[in-house]
Amino acid sequence: MTEPDEGMTLIVKTIGRLVLNFILLFGIYIILYGHLTPGGGFPGGVIVATGFILLMLSFGRRIALKKFGDLAASLLDNLGALAFLIVAFLGFVGGYFFLNFIDRGTPFDLFSAGTLPLSNIAIGLKVSASLYGVFVALAIFGKAIVGGDRTGKGKAEGEPANSQEQKG
Amino acid sequence: MLLMIFLLIFMNIGAIIAIETKYLLSSVISIGAVGFGVSIMFLLLGAPDLAITQVVVEILILIILIRGTIRLDNTAIEKYRDTFAMVASLIFFGLFLTFAYVAFKALPEFGHPLMRVSREYLQHGVERTGATNIVMSVVLDYRAYDTLGEATVLFTSIVGAFVVLRSQGRKKVGEEDTTQVGIPGDF
Repeated sequence: MTEPDEGMTLIVKTIGRLVLNFILLFGIYIILYGHLTPGGGFPGGVIVATGFILLMLSFGRRIALKKFGDLAASLLDNLGALAFLIVAFLGFVGGYFFLNFIDRGTPFDLFSAGTLPLSNIAIGLKVSASLYGVFVALAIFGKAIVGGDRTGKGKAEGEPANSQEQKG
Repeated sequence: MLLMIFLLIFMNIGAIIAIETKYLLSSVISIGAVGFGVSIMFLLLGAPDLAITQVVVEILILIILIRGTIRLDNTAIEKYRDTFAMVASLIFFGLFLTFAYVAFKALPEFGHPLMRVSREYLQHGVERTGATNIVMSVVLDYRAYDTLGEATVLFTSIVGAFVVLRSQGRKKVGEEDTTQVGIPGDF
């Protein structure tokens, strides 16, 4: 670690580069097959978020924020929530809120179960973006995350303000 | 069953260590051990959806907490004990145990649910929603309104975290600070 904020060692970077695609692929698989196998939007979204967090931990925050910035995370979070709400409101096409208005299809098909995969994708988008965003918020923005001890005399105040940014 | 009792003891020991240890990092690691114990418990009880979610969220929380605690050598915690809070929590714990004993006697035996509502879901879930994962058909179809509320809670908390934890405000280029906001001495 010569430069601060440049991530971890070469070993971690190489392994992280190899593993990251599989983590993202697995997360997307969990999201898309949520209505067929155990999983769904929430765990799949958390897996995708963990992939990006691995990127940030191993390569440092500069590269990770270039790939997936905090504004983009916030935007995707809002978009996912909005998409879920839109899927819910589209139920009014057939009559009422959250109606499963698309054709059910045959069970065990990928394209089945009507609106459930759409909701899963929306929730997955929302959860992945928001949990990545909250990691960014806690690890990068935040000055003192666990400041102070039980007695309330702030312990973390003594350290320099920018010591957060030295480890990637 | 024996494995579950063993896991329960393991999780209890982990929780006690997490409360009582002096080191923040080992406290965090103990919490992680408890969480993984919970996920194995879910798997043994036949709830793979919950187990997957628990494992994944536990990993994320461990990363965040270790990232948060590893730099703070906040090990010197003074001996400090609030007697009133301790006594009050003990009294409430005793009350809770008493009422829980009364309530648990009225519940059906463990592993034998009443199946008043869920029988309907299990019998007609696949044909009505088309989802073969019955958990998803409940979460996103029968009880989708709950899921919307949960998504709203997550959304609100994330927005709050973004607002509270952001150290640079979003301002226009030339705009200046009018008032100092935040904890004094932190900037």
